Amino acid sequence: MSVLKVKFVGDGDVLEHIVDKQEGAQSHSGSVQKMVTFKSPAARRTRGDGEQDVDENEVFDEQNYIQALGAGSAEEDDEDLSRVAGSSIFTFQKVKRGHSMAQTANELARTPGKSVTFNTTPNVEPSTPTRTGRNHRGESRTPQRNKKVQFVSTTPHRLRKRMTTPSLQSDSDSELSPSDSGEDDDDDGMQEEQKVKKEDKENSKTSRTPSKASSAALYKTPAKKSKTTSEPLTQPSMVEEYFEAHGSSKILTSDRTLDRLHTPKLDRETLVRLLEGKPSCYYKEIQQLHGKHRKHFSKWMLQLQLGFSVLVYGLGSKKALLEDFRVSHLSEEIHLVINGFFPSITLKSILNALTCEVLDHQGSFRTPADQIQFITQTLKDSPDLHVYLLVHNIDGPMLRGEKTQSALGQLASLPNLHLVASLDHINAPIVWDQFKQSQFNWLWWECVTFQHYAEETSYENSLLVQQTGALALSSLTHVLRSLTPNARGIFKLLVKFQLENKDNPSYTGLSFQDFYQRCREAFLVNSDLTLRTQLTEFRDHKLIRTRKGADGVEYLIVAVDASTLMDFLENEEGD
Amino acid sequence: MSTSSVSKGCFVFKPSAKKRKTLSPKDYFSDGCEGAENSDVRFKLCQDLWDKIKTDTEVLQDELNRKILDSLLDFTRKCSSTRQHSDWALQMRASEIPTAALVLGVNVPDHDMTFQSLSELLQQSVTPHVASVQAKECGALKHLMKRVLERLMDTVVAVDDDEEEAAEQTNGQVHKSVHCSLNTLCDWYNTVTKKSNSGTPGKKRSSPVKDEQQQPPVVVIFKDLEAFNPRVLQDFILICSRYIDRLPLMFIFGIATSPSTIQHMLPHSVSSLLCIELFQSLSCTQHLATVIDKLILTNDFPFKLNSKVMQVLISIFLYHDFSVRNFIKGVQLALLEHFHSQPLSVLCCKKKDAQLNVMQLSHRNLERIKQLPSFKRYIEKQEPQEQASLLNDDTHLKEVCKKLIKDLHKYHKNYYPILSCLHTLTSSLPRYPLGKQIRELHLTCLEKNVWENEDYQSAMKLLKMLAKDELITLLQRCAEILQPVKSKKIKEALVHLEELLAKLKQLDTAAAAETSPTVEETITSPMKNLQKKTDLFQLQKTLLEMNESRRSKKLSPFEVLRNEALDFIDDLVKKHLSPPESHTLNEVCYYSSSATVRRHLNATPRTCIQAALSSPYYYLQNENLKTEDGSVSNAAPDICIAYKLHLECGRLINLCDWLEAYSTVVSAAEGNDPDSDNFGKVDDVKHARFIRAVSELEFLGFIKSTKQKTDHVARLTWGGC
Repeated sequence: MSVLKVKFVGDGDVLEHIVDKQEGAQSHSGSVQKMVTFKSPAARRTRGDGEQDVDENEVFDEQNYIQALGAGSAEEDDEDLSRVAGSSIFTFQKVKRGHSMAQTANELARTPGKSVTFNTTPNVEPSTPTRTGRNHRGESRTPQRNKKVQFVSTTPHRLRKRMTTPSLQSDSDSELSPSDSGEDDDDDGMQEEQKVKKEDKENSKTSRTPSKASSAALYKTPAKKSKTTSEPLTQPSMVEEYFEAHGSSKILTSDRTLDRLHTPKLDRETLVRLLEGKPSCYYKEIQQLHGKHRKHFSKWMLQLQLGFSVLVYGLGSKKALLEDFRVSHLSEEIHLVINGFFPSITLKSILNALTCEVLDHQGSFRTPADQIQFITQTLKDSPDLHVYLLVHNIDGPMLRGEKTQSALGQLASLPNLHLVASLDHINAPIVWDQFKQSQFNWLWWECVTFQHYAEETSYENSLLVQQTGALALSSLTHVLRSLTPNARGIFKLLVKFQLENKDNPSYTGLSFQDFYQRCREAFLVNSDLTLRTQLTEFRDHKLIRTRKGADGVEYLIVAVDASTLMDFLENEEGD
Repeated sequence: MSTSSVSKGCFVFKPSAKKRKTLSPKDYFSDGCEGAENSDVRFKLCQDLWDKIKTDTEVLQDELNRKILDSLLDFTRKCSSTRQHSDWALQMRASEIPTAALVLGVNVPDHDMTFQSLSELLQQSVTPHVASVQAKECGALKHLMKRVLERLMDTVVAVDDDEEEAAEQTNGQVHKSVHCSLNTLCDWYNTVTKKSNSGTPGKKRSSPVKDEQQQPPVVVIFKDLEAFNPRVLQDFILICSRYIDRLPLMFIFGIATSPSTIQHMLPHSVSSLLCIELFQSLSCTQHLATVIDKLILTNDFPFKLNSKVMQVLISIFLYHDFSVRNFIKGVQLALLEHFHSQPLSVLCCKKKDAQLNVMQLSHRNLERIKQLPSFKRYIEKQEPQEQASLLNDDTHLKEVCKKLIKDLHKYHKNYYPILSCLHTLTSSLPRYPLGKQIRELHLTCLEKNVWENEDYQSAMKLLKMLAKDELITLLQRCAEILQPVKSKKIKEALVHLEELLAKLKQLDTAAAAETSPTVEETITSPMKNLQKKTDLFQLQKTLLEMNESRRSKKLSPFEVLRNEALDFIDDLVKKHLSPPESHTLNEVCYYSSSATVRRHLNATPRTCIQAALSSPYYYLQNENLKTEDGSVSNAAPDICIAYKLHLECGRLINLCDWLEAYSTVVSAAEGNDPDSDNFGKVDDVKHARFIRAVSELEFLGFIKSTKQKTDHVARLTWGGC
């Protein structure tokens, strides 16, 4: 039936198709055209050639640049060979199809792992995704490629259904709509999901057995093909793709939420408990890596003493490594450890630690600049005093500021202050300009440890972790306990009022006058002034926040979420 | 004491002073290096070399800056002297603040050194009152004022002891009353100048500007003009202009971009108060050229960089920072690495010391010599008998090594003069076939045989078309280069070259008269024909004929001589400019690991993280992680799987889908039966692991939370698998 549709397309269209557009850029054009593209081998070949050319150009350009950087020395850079090429990192965003993650998941699940049993099958099997797919792209003229263009669903069920129906017809009907909200199988719930997945597994399994009919294998191929082919396609029309991806503010993702999974949100303790029980995988290899980095410790010391600063980077927490370094090499030296990931670290606390504890200076300083000046002078006066600074995560959220970094740079440029630091954020080097870099005088050390960022991420309010508010609650209780009964009453009054209004979205807070009235009625205050003094105290402890309304009236709110407040009231009543 | 806490971010460790024993760099050097037995010697060599490099570059820097600093100094002197004149025009000028705009270029890291030497020079020869300020310490006018006053008065304290009290007093006042501070400065200035005039006139520095000493200018250096807040600067200048009759102020602006910055930053009303003179500093590429000339292209330093390392360092300079300081840092790193990793680097020193060190070589190091690729090649070329004795007889080996080291030094001695000869000859050729800079030529020579290079051949062709006077000047310059070299071979070459030069000059007088008519004739006869016929075909024919006749014609004596000279140069090049790799024992002097240098200086942290995420097998050598191609095995660490899955998403990621996809993968990795009901089900442990992976990705900056849609996160990177 698809052959019939060829009639509707003029030669000019075909030509335009071949010359101008790349497949990735025309997801919104009609499916008819697309079919023509796929059915016409000549067109495909032309495009294929074109791609190849462009590809080669790309590679050539890249090589030029690498050569220019003096990095082209292949024979000694063999370590870098397995690295990702720069182009794969710094590309434009692609237009993504919703189901591609599920697809990758399935692929990944199929790749030979520890216990997957089909290793005996030959390599040509579609289940091992290859990057050199370009060569056998010729055979991939299967209609299934279409589906990646506008298929938005994320459920494996849909995916599978599509895969098993080789008919093209399905593509041109209702499912073309980009909206994903009205999906019928959305309500099917988990069981359906599981079943689907199971089926899918079976499916992929059958396709892997060589005895099966080739048709099964055929439609398995494009699933992977679509991925491999899309890769070279991104190169020529990157600009177009960029605009396509950013043209509309609408982002197509499924509307499913975590609630659907019926897995309870985990709180911090459970999370830690669950993770502790599990032995770390690849423990041995991780230890090997650690050992490998350990060997360089004395070289680090040497470089530090010669005036360089050591900066370690790479995937994995480097806290353990640096701690090891500290214990083994710095235990006899004066040193200062700074946790850059600590959420309330400040430049002041670092400088204070240096002046008060390291240099034994009593007294305060007017500005950080004065303090740095003092440190500089003191270290200059006693050249035999060596201080080592060990900064975990020098790119930590609190240290990122320009002022902090330039202060650290000034410190690092002192000849008898030695700096060892670690770096994790992928964009971290941006915090230093040329001048700061030369102040720091970094020597970069690649230390991939693959250790979990357990401590570094423990402070962060993680996305998925249930906010128990335990901390807020305990601080509330603590502060309240130290107050007079009247003050406690005042606070409780505010909390109650806020809880009464918790479902009111336009609730802006309790106005001061209103509050005063209520407090008077409850015999909690006798004058406007007493209440104000009380409120100042609350504000100092960050229990409440005030906001000026549009009418100039002060509104008071408690800056804690409702559930915590509820717990708080319960506790108070219990007492 | 532990370094993790929920309430503290800084931990100080102070071991008691008594038991503290600090190790010197030397101990750390020998601790981790290859072949520890001679590490002391190597460390000393390394240190000595580095000290020499350091002092040499500093001297060089001073010399290079000398010119511009001298003109700056002249400017300041002139300014301070104009004040005394009574001429009306000069009086007008005197009401403006003299300002020197010093254009320094974009290599900001190097500026510090320049300013340092500038303020030192100023203090020595012009005025003791110099204050330099940086933009970052002057956020507001108040701060700027305070800095200037502090620096000025502190300088005085440091210079003269008897003024200390007074200065301290004023200092105290400054802290109290920052607002009217320029007044204080004026008062202070008056007391200082009065005191130095009346009290101790003879005690002052014996500088040539003694007679101007009564009114030494007060110089304020703005190190980074672009970074200053324009408002602060404008206000400061306005205030200063009010005091110009009482206080001989003077500004120096350090400019990194272009002089037009001043116009951008200051409105006309302010800039008209300044009398600006522009000074252009030496460009950083010239600076680098000089440094390379003095450090690299010289026989003084036995330590050498091979072509790749050189290329890395030069590329970092040209593509990243233009900073000579960083270039020298690179050399320092290479030096350190070389002595640290190559036990045979004990031979990398002056010829005499090297000869001595050869005799001290231990058996193990002799074995190392035998392992050197260049030495292996050398052995292969020897007679079987010689081979045997080289391999078995240590004393013989030492003798041979001595000779080889000597050869290597000879090679270096001849290499550099010939290199600069070739450079002088080729650097002025059209289109610079061998590069404008000598470093480019040096790189080509280091890489391979330069005479096999196409560019070299075309350069030679071009040279063969040189006119006589050009050739003579070039050859004369070559002779000048070769003059001071004390090498037998170079001396011979010089003699030959001078003979050639003499012959070329003689051509002028004697031979010219005889040969010219014949040449004239052959050319003129077809010329006549040419005038007669205007047919295009005929013209072509005649031209061809002329060409033919010229080619077949006997070469003129000049051409013969020119060819001879160039053949001679070519011969020299072939003899002396062979790449170092072809010389035995070159590994002793040449540092070759460009990858190390690049990794330490020009690292790519993001690439590293992404490489680890997408191919964990490279780091964790576990068979389970091995895959055929670039993909990730499902047994990979959690974060790798989560990363791989997130690459498939667009700007937003649905956490629910992500979690499900993740648990599918992990279930497969755990070897669960795909048919069972529980396959791919999200259990608590998987959930927890997923949370950990996601928060790690967030920590690394790949994703961040967003409120755009429930249970979604935003992706922060481009691109996919």
